[in-house]
Amino acid sequence: MTITTEVSPQSSDSQGDKIFWWNDPRIRGFILQGAMLLAVVLVFSTAIYTANSNLDNHHNARGFGFLDNRAGFDLAQALVDYPKDATYGRALLVGFLNTALVAVFGILFATILGFIAGIARLSKNAVISTIAMVYVETVRNVPLLLQMLFWYVGVLQVLPAPRNSFQPITGSVFLNNRGLFIPQVSFTGMTGWGILFGLVLGIVAAVIMSKWATARQLRTGAQFPAFWVGLALILALPIIGFVITGANYTTNFPIKSTFNLSGGMRVIPEFMALVLALTLYTGVFIAEIVRSGILSVSYGQSEACHALGLTNGQTLRLVVIPQAMRVIIPPLTNQYLNVTKNSSLAVAIGYPDLVYVGGTVLNQSGQAIEVIALWMLVYLGTSVTTATLMNWYNQRNAIVER
Amino acid sequence: MSKRILAAAFGAAFAFVATSAMAGTLDEVKKKGFVTCGVSQGLAGFSLPDDKGEWTGFDVDFCRSIAAAIFNDAKKVKFTPLSSQARFTALQSGEVDLLSRNTTWTMGRDTSLGLMFAGTTYYDGQGFMVKKSLNVKSALELSGASVCTQTGTTTEQNLADYFRSKNMKYEVVSFEKQADVDKAYESGRCDVYTTDQSGLYAVRLTLANPDDHVILPEIISKEPLALTVRQGDDVWFSVVKWVYFATVNAEELGVTSKNADEMLKSTNPEIQRLVGATDKFGEGIGLTNAWAYQAIKLVGNYGEIFERNLGPSTRLKIARGVNALWKNGGLQYGPPIR
Repeated sequence: MTITTEVSPQSSDSQGDKIFWWNDPRIRGFILQGAMLLAVVLVFSTAIYTANSNLDNHHNARGFGFLDNRAGFDLAQALVDYPKDATYGRALLVGFLNTALVAVFGILFATILGFIAGIARLSKNAVISTIAMVYVETVRNVPLLLQMLFWYVGVLQVLPAPRNSFQPITGSVFLNNRGLFIPQVSFTGMTGWGILFGLVLGIVAAVIMSKWATARQLRTGAQFPAFWVGLALILALPIIGFVITGANYTTNFPIKSTFNLSGGMRVIPEFMALVLALTLYTGVFIAEIVRSGILSVSYGQSEACHALGLTNGQTLRLVVIPQAMRVIIPPLTNQYLNVTKNSSLAVAIGYPDLVYVGGTVLNQSGQAIEVIALWMLVYLGTSVTTATLMNWYNQRNAIVER
Repeated sequence: MSKRILAAAFGAAFAFVATSAMAGTLDEVKKKGFVTCGVSQGLAGFSLPDDKGEWTGFDVDFCRSIAAAIFNDAKKVKFTPLSSQARFTALQSGEVDLLSRNTTWTMGRDTSLGLMFAGTTYYDGQGFMVKKSLNVKSALELSGASVCTQTGTTTEQNLADYFRSKNMKYEVVSFEKQADVDKAYESGRCDVYTTDQSGLYAVRLTLANPDDHVILPEIISKEPLALTVRQGDDVWFSVVKWVYFATVNAEELGVTSKNADEMLKSTNPEIQRLVGATDKFGEGIGLTNAWAYQAIKLVGNYGEIFERNLGPSTRLKIARGVNALWKNGGLQYGPPIR
């Protein structure tokens, strides 16, 4: 309303003739947008009012207080402590962490597989490029849910029973229809800290060394095997830390018990099936994104590199990939978001992710609207976080134009 | 202009609210011409489509009784198979008119989910099934086992309580669909299958070699499986409740699907009131006075429904046990119709 008094007298003064305020495009814009906003607010408040009155009619509980109620059900995999009197809120946290775990592993493996397959498809070696092509064309044309069921029901459930486990390393690694069992190593006393300190020191030393090597190469042209020295630093310093703190550790091997194997570390088959399916499926799309990124870099650049005497590996690493990344990163972000969202199909194979746990909570508490709101909020939050990180990385890689 | 939008929006809001206020379920059922009944997704003896695609079973028959009482036609039912997880939402949202779907009556569900339980058609308890080859004789030997079950059930919660109170370790493997639970148990993903004992008998029949599996003697919970309706519709609640009571009273009074017509001429005043020969009890719940006669004539009394679907003559061979009539030492008891 303040605008009305500011704008219209001015315009009528300067023009001399009368212009009605409803002919002023700015004021009209404000009124139309205000009306639109009002309509949106009304629609939403009506929806909320209707939901409220319906919930009243159905005598349903309401609000987020139920998160403090006792859950009373168990979950197959919990990354944090999940005691018997845990609340619904705690159960949902366990579900969220399980989702995050799958997303992190899925993204990591799919990226590695996708880059390998994308580069392999462009290989001059006919066998390699054909294998990559067959992988891409078959896997991307089968729905993800079917692939998940294939891995879970068709592959992992037909593995032998615990008594007759496959033992890739006899006595320590077991694979059966209850999952993958590996020995658990835990460090005691100061040894754990020694290793951690060595690792941090190794990474810092490697970064400093690599900066120094680059600077020296720019100055003198002399090359330094920065990658191998860096790797050696990162591996050797934790080992030194392990030795000088007394090398205290205990191992816990899986052993056969009445029903199953006990002890050791265990990866449940639901998790394996989910990560396998997500990795293979998303890997395909990443492979195609990588291929398109590499093809977007003019072939003349590779020829120029070869003329300068760079090897194939150097050409790819120093010239082609850095430029291809600009094309690769934006669609790659989409794929990362897809991994997180697709992990919600876990409910079909009984992996206790956020949707699975939320479904049980919804069923027990009857508070559908609250649980669905939480689902949406968490997935939105995860997606926005992933996208923000990727956009930041993209900006660093983008061409700086002046 | 904005005034007009405001008016339109308010109009829309009122329209929303008006449609949200629900008409009575019985009136709606009569108007659409059939009952929508939520059943389980395939449990032998309780609800399973036969080779002609017709739904059959104990739970199914109670839906048919209600249709028979309202329409004098046991076929006027639309069956909606629902997972344990989807069932309450489906009922609350009005997708189904009632659940006849092995649903345990608990206080929490009765009070905070907006549901009402109209009568326990089957008194059950949770049990365990294991492979014979494991040589397990008691549930107390199950420490360390993997247990398969369905999500969103009381089973899942009883399981947690039982193993924890006995200080036994276990791993839960649960799925939303019963078929997935069956598959996981059969493939050996878990050692133990747990659900209501009647359900275990039904599942065992569908396994490749039923004789390789044994149901352990322990019953770890009370599972009164009840007909379920929405809270806040007393008329419909009465209809469902009294159709079930009528089947129990009919068994007690010896009225069956075969002799229902003769019973119309009975001189026993209790039978006269049941079949509607005297008094007007049917009109009291918004039906015709022949409501119970129709239900019994077309579907049968409680005993007939039990024998046909679960009893010794069927593959399930479940004894009446606690589901016998009260006068035979069981728990099935119909309040008098008078």
